[in-house]
Amino acid sequence: MTASLLELKGITKRFPGVLANDDVTLSIGAKEIHALLGENGAGKSTLVKIIYGVMRPDDGSMRLNGEDYLPHKPSEAREKCVGMVFQHFSLFEGLTVAENIQLGISAKLAGRGLRERIATVSTAYGLKLDPDRRVGSLSVGERQRVEIVRCLLQQPKLLIMDEPTSVLTPQEIEALFGTLRRLVSEGCSILYISHKLEEIRALCDRATILRGGKVVGDCDARQETARSLAEMMIGTTLLPPQREAAAIGPVRLKVAHLSLAREAQFGVDLEDVSLELRSGEILGIAGVAGNGQAELMEALIGERRAHTPSAITVDGTPVGTRGPSARRALGMCFVPEERLGHGAVPDMSLWENAMLTAKARMQLASFGFVSAPRAKSFAGKVVSDFGVRTRGVEHAATSLSGGNLQKFVMGREMLQAPAVLIAAQPTWGVDAGAAATIHKFLLSLAEAGTAILIVSQDLDELFAISTRIAVMAGGRLTPARPVDQLTTQQIGLDMGGHGGGRASPLSREPAHA
Amino acid sequence: MLRLEPRPEPSRVMFYLTPFLAIALTLIAGIVLFEALRKPPLEAMRLIFIEPLRSQRGLAELLVKGTPLILIAIGLAIGFRGGVWNIGAEGQFVIGALAGGGVALAVYPATGWWLLPLMSLAGIAGGAIWAAIPALLRTRFNANEILVSLMLVYVAVLLLSSLVHGALRDPDGLNFPESRLFQTSLPILIKGTRAHAGFLVALIAAGFSWLLLERHFLGFKIKVLGQAPRAARFGGFSDTRLIWFCFLFSGGCAGLAGLFEAAGPVGQLVPALPAGYGFTAIIVAFLGRLNPVGILFAGLLLALTYIGGETAQIAMSLPSATTAVFQGMFLFFLLAADVLVNYRLRSISKRSPAAAARAASRPPMRQAAPAHSLEP
Repeated sequence: MTASLLELKGITKRFPGVLANDDVTLSIGAKEIHALLGENGAGKSTLVKIIYGVMRPDDGSMRLNGEDYLPHKPSEAREKCVGMVFQHFSLFEGLTVAENIQLGISAKLAGRGLRERIATVSTAYGLKLDPDRRVGSLSVGERQRVEIVRCLLQQPKLLIMDEPTSVLTPQEIEALFGTLRRLVSEGCSILYISHKLEEIRALCDRATILRGGKVVGDCDARQETARSLAEMMIGTTLLPPQREAAAIGPVRLKVAHLSLAREAQFGVDLEDVSLELRSGEILGIAGVAGNGQAELMEALIGERRAHTPSAITVDGTPVGTRGPSARRALGMCFVPEERLGHGAVPDMSLWENAMLTAKARMQLASFGFVSAPRAKSFAGKVVSDFGVRTRGVEHAATSLSGGNLQKFVMGREMLQAPAVLIAAQPTWGVDAGAAATIHKFLLSLAEAGTAILIVSQDLDELFAISTRIAVMAGGRLTPARPVDQLTTQQIGLDMGGHGGGRASPLSREPAHA
Repeated sequence: MLRLEPRPEPSRVMFYLTPFLAIALTLIAGIVLFEALRKPPLEAMRLIFIEPLRSQRGLAELLVKGTPLILIAIGLAIGFRGGVWNIGAEGQFVIGALAGGGVALAVYPATGWWLLPLMSLAGIAGGAIWAAIPALLRTRFNANEILVSLMLVYVAVLLLSSLVHGALRDPDGLNFPESRLFQTSLPILIKGTRAHAGFLVALIAAGFSWLLLERHFLGFKIKVLGQAPRAARFGGFSDTRLIWFCFLFSGGCAGLAGLFEAAGPVGQLVPALPAGYGFTAIIVAFLGRLNPVGILFAGLLLALTYIGGETAQIAMSLPSATTAVFQGMFLFFLLAADVLVNYRLRSISKRSPAAAARAASRPPMRQAAPAHSLEP
C-alpha cells in the first residue's frame, strides 16, 4: 500500500449516554476500496458524518493527503475533494436531473456547460442518465446514479458510499461495482459502508470493522470469509440456522386474484396477485422496495379491504373484506415494515404496545378491562426471550433503538403462536446474533405448523430461511418457486420486471424525511 | 439566530409541573398588568384568588361555576386524547339546555320525581345530537371537525335566542325573552347557597372517565388513535367508531352541563345562558393535562377566575375583560411551557461549530428540504 489518502487518529465522539466513536484510528490508501463494516449502532454513520463534515469529533485528528483536515460543513469537505452518496437520497422529485445536480454542487461548477459535463461524466462511467428527465419518474437505481454523477462532477479523491446496494437489484449492483472499480483505476479512493459481507468480499481491498464504536478489526477483505467477518462484527461465533424440512401441510393462507388500486399518489397498483401458503412453509417475497410490497402488506393485514371476501382466505374462511381484528381472531399475526408509529405506538410503554396486537390472543383484557399484570408479563416474556435491550417494560417504545424495537415487535407476534405469520423485513436493523435468534424461531414456528410469509429485500435472508420465493415487481407477483431451483440471477431478472412480468421496473424509493 | 430542536426524551416530571409553572407565570404577568393599569397589584390578586375562598358563599359559587367546566372538560379531554378536536362544546351545552328545558316546558305544569332524570337524559341526548353533526361530516366527508363544531356554536346560540324570543317565551312573562321558570330544579348541596347536585355528577363523570382512560381497552384504543393513527389502523381499531364515540361522549357531557346550568342556578331558559363555559373548558382540559383528576383541580381554578374576576370588577372597578385575560394567560403560558418541555432553544452561530454539529445531527422542528448535501 502506498501513502495513505486519509488518516484518522483517535477519533472520539460522544452523545448523551453513548460513546458513538471511541478512539477510532484508520487509514485509507490511495486507489483503495475500503470497507467500513459493523452492526447497526456500531458507529459507522457517525464516523462518516465526521469525515464529511456533518458532525465534528470531540477528540482526535484527521489528515487528508498529509494535511490537517477538519471540515466544518459538507461544502468544505467537497472543496477538499471528499464526496458522499447517502443511503437516503436528497433529490427533489419535481425537478429534472440537471436541475437537481445544479442545486447540489458549488456555484462555480454549476455554471456554463453543466449539461455537457453531466453527459461526459455519465457516459465515461457507464452511468446512463437523461439530464432532462424528472427525478420523480426515475427508478431507485437511476436516482442513485444522479447522486453519484453529482459527486463525480466535483472530481473527488475520496468517495463515501453509505449502504449503496440496499435498494438495488443484483444486476444494478454489478453495474455499480463496475463503475466503482473504474473510478478506483483512475485514482479515486472509496470508503464503502455496508453490512453485506459477500459484497464487501467481492469489492473491497481492506476492511475496518467497528463494534460498539471501537475498531475491532482491520483486515484484507479478500482473505476473510463472510463468516469470519460476521464473527468479528458481532464478537461471537455464529452458527448458521439449521433448516430441517418441516412437514408441509394443508393450505392455510390463500390469496386469489387480488387487485387493488393505489391509494397514495406514488403508490403501486396491485394487479392480480395470487399465492398459496401451506402449513410448515416459509414463502419469501423478494423485490426492490416500492414495487407493491407495502400495498400487499396493507391488504394482507386488512388495513385495506379487498373487493371480494374470497380474495384472501385463512384456513378456508374468506376474510378479504374483514378488518385486522377479525383476521387476528383466525390466528393471523402481522409485522409491518415501519415499526415506530405503525407496528408500535412511539410514546406508549412496551406493555401497552403488547396490547396493541396481542390483546385477544393472549387474553390481556377481561370484560374490556385491561389486565396490566398479564400484559406486563407477556411483554416481559418477549423482552427476555428475544434479548430486547431495555430498562423495563414500563419504558416507551421510542426509547428503544431500532433493532431492539424490531426484536420486540417480531417477538410480540411470534410468541402468539400464530396460524399464519406475515412479516415485512423480519430482521431489519438487528444485529447478526439477534437475526439468528429470529430466524431460528421462525423455522421452529414453521415446524410447528405455522404458515409464514416473509417480505424482504435481503436476498441472503430469503435464501437462508424460505422454502419458496416469489418476486414482486410493478405490483405483480411472480409464481413462487422452490428455493433450490432458483438463482440470484433469476430473481434479479424478475425484480427488474424482465422475467416475463411487466417491462418497466416501476421502482420507487420509499418515502423518507 | 435561535431555533427549536426536539429534546431526545422530554421530562415526565416537567409534563406535570408545567401547569403549576403556567399558574405562577400568569400570576406574575397579572401583577405586571395591574401595575400598568395603576391598580394595586397585590390587592387585586388577593381579591381575585383569595377572597372568594374565605366565605361559604364563595366556596359554594366555586362549585356552581366549576361544575359545567369540569363536566365539559371531562368529555372534551377524552376526544382530545384521541385526536378528535371538538371545539363546539358551547353549542352542545346550549342544545342540551334547550332539549332538557324543552322537556320541562312541554309537560308543564306536570312534575314529579321523574322529571329531573328525564330532563337530564334529554340534555345528554341534545348535546350528543349536536355533536353528531361534526362527527358525521368528519367520518363521512373528512370535513374538519374544528371548523364544523365551532360554527355550530353560533347556530345553537341563535337557535336558543330565537326560541326564547318566540315559541318558548313565557306567556305570563311580560314579553321578556325568557322561558317559564322550570317546575323542578336540581337539589341543593349546601343549604342557603346555589351549590347543586350537578357537582356530584361531575365527580362521578371524572371517576368514570378515569376508569375508561386508564383501565379500559376502549380508552386504550382512543389513546392509540390520538398518538399514532396508523398503529390504530394496524391494531384493527375502527377510527370511525372511535371518532363517533368521542363526539357523542363529549357532546353528551356538554349537553348535561347545559341542562344543569338551566335547571340549577338559572332555573329557566334565557338568551344569556351560554356564558363561555364551553370554551373555557378547553383551557380546563389542557391545564388538567387531559387527565380527569387534573381536570377537577383545573376546573375549580378557572371557576375561581370567574368569581374573583367579578369580585375585583366590583371592588376595584376593573374592566370585565379581566377574567378572560387571566384565562387566556393560563392557556398561553401552558402552551409556551409545553413547547419548551418538548423542544429546547439553541442559538445557532457561526462561532459555535459544536452547537451547529449537534443541531445538524438532529432534525430541526420543520425541515422543508433535505439539508445535508444542499448546503451552500
